[in-house]
Amino acid sequence: MKLRLPFAPLVALRFLREGRMQTLLILAGTTGGVAVIVFLTQLITQLQAQIVDRVLGTQPHVVIRPLEEANRRAFDDPASTAVIEPRAQRLRSVDQWENVARLAAAMPGVTAVSPTVTGPAFAVRGQANKSVALMGIDAERYRRIVRMEEYMVAGRFAVDGTRAVIGSELAKDLGIRLEDKLRVALPNGRDELLQVGGIFDIGNKDLNRRWVFVTLPLAQSLLDLPGGVSNLDLTVADIFDAQAIAERLQGATGLTVDSWMQTNAQLLAALRNQTVSNNLIRSFVILIVALGIASVLVVSVVQKQKEIGILRAMGASRAMILQVFLIQGALVGAVGSIFGSLLAFGLLNMFSAIYRNADGSPLFAAELEPRFIVLAALVATGVGLASALIPARRAAKMDPVQAIRS
Amino acid sequence: MSDAVIELAGLTKAYNVGTPVETEVLHGIDLSLAQGEFAALIGPSGSGKSTLLNIIGLLERPTGGRLSIGGRDTAALSEAEITALRGRSIGFVFQFHHLLPAFSALENVMMPAIIARGAPDDEAEATALQLLDAVGLKAHAHKKPAELSGGQQQRVAIARALALRPRLILADEPTGNLDTHTADDIFALLREFNRQTDCACLIVTHDPRLAARCDRTVRLVDGRLAADC
Ligand SMILES: Nc1ncnc2c1ncn2[C@@H]1O[C@H](COP(=O)(O)OP(=O)(O)OP(=O)(O)O)[C@@H](O)[C@H]1O
Ligand SMILES: [Mg+2]
Repeated sequence: MKLRLPFAPLVALRFLREGRMQTLLILAGTTGGVAVIVFLTQLITQLQAQIVDRVLGTQPHVVIRPLEEANRRAFDDPASTAVIEPRAQRLRSVDQWENVARLAAAMPGVTAVSPTVTGPAFAVRGQANKSVALMGIDAERYRRIVRMEEYMVAGRFAVDGTRAVIGSELAKDLGIRLEDKLRVALPNGRDELLQVGGIFDIGNKDLNRRWVFVTLPLAQSLLDLPGGVSNLDLTVADIFDAQAIAERLQGATGLTVDSWMQTNAQLLAALRNQTVSNNLIRSFVILIVALGIASVLVVSVVQKQKEIGILRAMGASRAMILQVFLIQGALVGAVGSIFGSLLAFGLLNMFSAIYRNADGSPLFAAELEPRFIVLAALVATGVGLASALIPARRAAKMDPVQAIRS
Repeated sequence: MSDAVIELAGLTKAYNVGTPVETEVLHGIDLSLAQGEFAALIGPSGSGKSTLLNIIGLLERPTGGRLSIGGRDTAALSEAEITALRGRSIGFVFQFHHLLPAFSALENVMMPAIIARGAPDDEAEATALQLLDAVGLKAHAHKKPAELSGGQQQRVAIARALALRPRLILADEPTGNLDTHTADDIFALLREFNRQTDCACLIVTHDPRLAARCDRTVRLVDGRLAADC
């Protein structure tokens, strides 16, 4: 049983094999181009995902807060001509927060809801006195907002009674070790003696210095917010859905709802700029690869003129000649993208071995998404086809005699 | 005249039409060739023999006049129909064999069938082998053209022209580059095929010896038919 290719692929393969050097050249060009595109895309996508991951590692995707005081007053009494002035900062609770939490948890895309009571306090030990943020939480629920257990350097992330969890900077500043005592004092005059049951390092000095986690009831009583919470923290399944979910929640509850995308607008803009420049680079590379394929195919068409004339003289139609060259372009593109993806994979492996984070872990993982390879193959094959079109049409248009004579 | 394979009436060909260097190469040719006829086309160099043969072989379009092949007026045919007619009904032998260097002798001979039917098949291969055998090259079937001598290349080219059993064979100085002995062999091959299949043949040659062995001699001088005997 012989494998018999139809006319166009048969001739295309022979032509490619005959023009060995040229074929190798275009293949090398396509391989390089595809490798650059795949490598860059993979690298930037991974680094961006890591940046987002790092930023979101310490903050909730969506936060629900009480309405701004001033707005509420103006709204309640439209006839009032009272001067609206910012009130002295006073903690307020999210109205009927249990209901709001239930509503949020039921919203599609929301994966976790955690109530938090937070307010300013002072951590005092001996003569030292530090300004901190008291965070009343349910440790079990909060863990699903910020993966605190991953950041613990001593003890566990658990609060109970007067047991608290503090950051490594605060511990250092006040000379506190695990199981040591720590007094917190509040502007309203209340104070409490806490016992440190865990120390975390979240990778952010400011937060390591400020956050003091206690139980929800303790924070409520210290901050004069009995039964209330100052905000609800949410985690969502797809981080880029956060804004849409925040808007939906705002519509449903009438409360202030912010997503990480609003609070990190600058980061988001930077990521977008990076994506734009990545796309720009990719477009240029695609253009250069296309020009490369096209120019080598043009040369090949000129060199093959006589053979094209002979084929035409034997009855090959213009469409058949066109096919021969289009197949050459597509083949080069397809094979080049396979080699290119392999090369990109090699490069990613090499770079991930060379460039490492401060802690020695790889800066990015050397992995290749199949989606990218398929995409690269499609793009390269398309580019091959498109860039073969011009020389192919030229070849097909020629008169047989004219072609043979040249 | 229903058995005329080709029929030319007042056929003209001019190059560079519409430019100051416009030159008419053929000035009104009237010619017909019947089925089974074996004719020689002779004439001095530059008289337009190749041009005439290319036009009859549908490799070039005439400027004026009429060209019918198998009773069909070619002026009315589309580019695609011309291509199909050329592939199916005409076998062309060039002066310089013009084989495809990337393909073996066998594949070269199969090529007209591959083109006509879209892909190689057993029948095409069997026919090609038979033809290579007839031209004495069965043993060289898998060699590339570059591995064959000039005479062998030309014999492959003849086998290729015969592959689809065309009604018309056109040969432009098929023996021009060969020694007398080889030329005689090639000529004999064409003649034999002509007898076997009753196809019409028009052969350009400078060799009066070969022309004398044809049924008929057509003489072209300065783009006009001078004598036909
Ligand atoms: N593409 C062309 N453009 C312009 N003039 C041409 C072209 N092709 C042929 N001619 C001219 O037409 C004339 C006839 O050429 P042709 O090749 O048909 O002659 P020929 O009889 O085959 O000559 P030879 O015996 O040398 O092969 C010549 O004067 C040639 O210069
Ligand atoms: Mg000539």
